[in-house]
Amino acid sequence: MADLKTNFLGIESPNPYWLASAPPTDKEYNVRRAFEAGWGGVVWKTLGSEGPPVVNVNGPRYGAIYGADRRLLGLNNIELITDRPLEVNLEEMARVKADYPDRALIASIMVPCEEEAWKAILPRVAETGADGIELNFGCPHGMSERGMGSAVGQVPEYIEMVTRWCKKYYDRPVIVKLTPNITDIRKPAEAAKNGGADAVSLINTINSITSVNLDTFSPEPSIDGKGSHGGYCGPAVKPIALSMVSEISRAQATHGLPISGIGGVTTWRDAAEFMALGCGTVQVCTAAMTYGFKIIDELTAGLSKWMDEKGYKDVSEIVGLAVPNVTDWQYLNLNYVAKAKIDQDQCIKCGRCYAACEDTSHQAISMSEDRVFEVMDDECVACNLCVDVCPVDGCISMEPMAAGEVDPRTGREVQPNYANWTTHPNNPMAKAAE
Amino acid sequence: MAQGQMAPGIVSGRLSSDELTSNFTDLHPPLAPHEAAVAADRCYFCYDAPCVAACPTEIDIPLFMRHIQAGQPEAAGETILAQNILGGMCARVCPTETLCEEACVREAAEGAPVEIGRLQRYATDSVMAGGAHPFDRAAPTGKTVAVIGAGPAGLACAHRLAMLGHDVVIHESKPKPGGLNEYGIAAYKSTNNFAQAEVDWLMQIGGITIETGSVLGETISLDGLSTNYDAVFLSIGLAGVNALRAGGIDKDGVRPAVEFISDVRQASDLAALPVGRNVVVIGGGMTAVDAAVKSKLLGAEHVTIAYRRGRDAMGASRYEQDLAASHGVKIMTNVQPVAVHGNGAAAEIELEYTSSEGGQLTGTGEVIRLPADQVLKAIGQTLEGAPEGLKLDGNKIAVTGAGRTSITGVWAGGDCAAGGEDLTVTAVAEGRDAAMDIHANLTA
Ligand SMILES: Cc1cc2nc3c(=O)[nH]c(=O)nc-3n(C[C@H](O)[C@H](O)[C@H](O)COP(=O)(O)OP(=O)(O)OC[C@H]3O[C@@H](n4cnc5c(N)ncnc54)[C@H](O)[C@@H]3O)c2cc1C
Ligand code: SF4
Repeated sequence: MADLKTNFLGIESPNPYWLASAPPTDKEYNVRRAFEAGWGGVVWKTLGSEGPPVVNVNGPRYGAIYGADRRLLGLNNIELITDRPLEVNLEEMARVKADYPDRALIASIMVPCEEEAWKAILPRVAETGADGIELNFGCPHGMSERGMGSAVGQVPEYIEMVTRWCKKYYDRPVIVKLTPNITDIRKPAEAAKNGGADAVSLINTINSITSVNLDTFSPEPSIDGKGSHGGYCGPAVKPIALSMVSEISRAQATHGLPISGIGGVTTWRDAAEFMALGCGTVQVCTAAMTYGFKIIDELTAGLSKWMDEKGYKDVSEIVGLAVPNVTDWQYLNLNYVAKAKIDQDQCIKCGRCYAACEDTSHQAISMSEDRVFEVMDDECVACNLCVDVCPVDGCISMEPMAAGEVDPRTGREVQPNYANWTTHPNNPMAKAAE
Repeated sequence: MAQGQMAPGIVSGRLSSDELTSNFTDLHPPLAPHEAAVAADRCYFCYDAPCVAACPTEIDIPLFMRHIQAGQPEAAGETILAQNILGGMCARVCPTETLCEEACVREAAEGAPVEIGRLQRYATDSVMAGGAHPFDRAAPTGKTVAVIGAGPAGLACAHRLAMLGHDVVIHESKPKPGGLNEYGIAAYKSTNNFAQAEVDWLMQIGGITIETGSVLGETISLDGLSTNYDAVFLSIGLAGVNALRAGGIDKDGVRPAVEFISDVRQASDLAALPVGRNVVVIGGGMTAVDAAVKSKLLGAEHVTIAYRRGRDAMGASRYEQDLAASHGVKIMTNVQPVAVHGNGAAAEIELEYTSSEGGQLTGTGEVIRLPADQVLKAIGQTLEGAPEGLKLDGNKIAVTGAGRTSITGVWAGGDCAAGGEDLTVTAVAEGRDAAMDIHANLTA
């Protein structure tokens, strides 16, 4: 069994799975149970300044999107940072860290965008023995209206400034948590780096309304007939998170900046994918909120088993393996030609590939009287839609054509060399191949 | 007082009322909303879906599944009922394993089709629970059509004609409408008096009158009907039963299975219904299975289906055969009845083994005797009371196109007409299609 021991910014944890700052890490009781269950670390529910704590709504905080059989695919929340006094949280953190020295315990913080506020809280957090801090620049609701959370995260200059204060008043690792509610994720990441951040974590939740009640016309979750946008998370957001993580991993300015990946991690496979795109740890929230802490058993066993199969001995070996393969569209090989192939033995004759191709794509699949579906190579552009809609896994595959074969669609021979858009004759900006 | 299973002869009260009630509940209980959502979600929304082609009434199954997925079972129900006004009964009685569900691609993929029948029931039940009738009548045409027989074929024809603006009078010989839905279909498929509830719901369309006790060939004649109505639709089913050739067949305890089934369906107190201790059912179709299972459910100790050919030749589907087996019915194949023995009342049945070579069935000479105080004949129904002058095709009324008989102005459909399987859903399809043809004719 591959060892999942993780070292992230010098913070050690028995596995790369941390619980994200959220309800699961809201208090000592939960966190102790999480550690007992086997979680590698937690980012404690976000702390605010000293004084009367924030208040939450007293109606529903969550809304959900479901797949078949009410499988929860996306969760939205309008909860704020901790609504318990700072002192209580700090005491609990200190106690828990003392009892679980081998686990990562990170304090998430959100205080007003003033140097004094940060200067005041950081030494108190340091006293708890927490392994590091995470700056919550992501929360998209409630706190942002008060000039905190994503209101800061959306302005790279503020990120840099606050990060700098933190590095000034705190001597352990500083992780900056990024909001996805921004056009170009590379900018805030770069700002964090410039401010001296040791790492970034992403993504925080996405602005969302899960649904509208068609009787009351209130958005859900509805509080007394009104709704407010909340933060979306869960399996549905994973593709967005993966893309943002990859952007930071491969951008020149931020390449190599440690990342803690967040966004829809549900099984070991999701974790491995985040790590391959450059994350040193992953943070989990919705999966734990849906199924409870016990999922850690699958997350750890699954990752370990996969690493054994692949011959990886240490989690650090996986980190970034996929980064070199993320590129811009313009560099994709236009000489690569594939064709869809339908395995007639596996085909169950539902005709979904036919409907999809005929109605919405390239009219490249034929249907016979007796429901035999065949790809017409002279029309197939290898778009993959048939593969995506086929209910039988592995029934339709995309098979590359060998160099020298003639693509019946274009009548042109498949070229052996790599050639992309930058040199393509149709590109008005094309540079002559060197 | 329950006499127990061991009491000899044909007696009532073999089981307690509680046991009987639980025995005769729904074979497939209705789906709860969440179950239905999950089950409907399995539908792949196939292109030109094979299940639709496999349904004699061509219900747009993928569309109704999508309505269920989208949270509107009533819309699903309307999609079904637009094609098949007895979609509620069909959902309960169709041998889906040889129709829509057999064609489901998930049957091919994993041997587990989308549960079309049960979902159809879920959808149609939602419409009927709403009480309202989703269809409106067109402007009156001033035409009146006579429909003979209030079974599925007649009801479907009448409803469609009424919808198109014609007036319809249904002449029915029995005291209640519904045909075999009321008197034949297995009790555990149509519970809670569903057949009558469905007729009442169907009648809400308006424009249909049912005259019970009106018997073609006795109280009414085809000539009279042809004079008084603009068109006639014959849907008289198969009122006769085939004769069984064997010795001792007139002994007490020997009777047609359909009569026994009808008694069960009409019984107000199942505990008062007599059944044998040792029941032998002759035949291999759905009627044989229904009679055998019902005997078992009433408390018969031993029930045997005796069929003269091999299992594959049985009219009852494999599913129905398994249903019988799961109730403890023994299925004997390749045996034919030779004689019923007993002193006045049946006590034993003598069966001879058969072999079939080149389709020719012959007795092997080897016989076996089974105890049998009740023998139920389920060897098929036959056309009875068809008016003179109608061309026949084999034993049924000959039809061309959408049920046109050899007499102008007279259509026929359902079991009494040639062609198609003898199924409720086929009867509905034929009734509906004949109505469309009659309409085209009357409005030409
Ligand atoms: C025991 C049994 C079980 C069955 N189980 C199933 C099943 O599970 N699934 C399935 O799909 N099919 C089943 N069937 C077949 C199905 O019931 C028939 O195919 C269907 O009812 C045929 O409809 P129909 O309208 O043609 O005839 P019927 O339902 O027979 O209706 C004919 C009507 O005409 C009336 N009538 C007859 N003669 C006259 C007359 N001279 N004057 C006036 N009225 C007359 C009758 O009283 C009756 O009401 C079963 C049949 C039987 C016998
Ligand atoms: S009517 Fe019968 S065959 Fe047609 S879809 Fe419904 S259950 Fe299937």
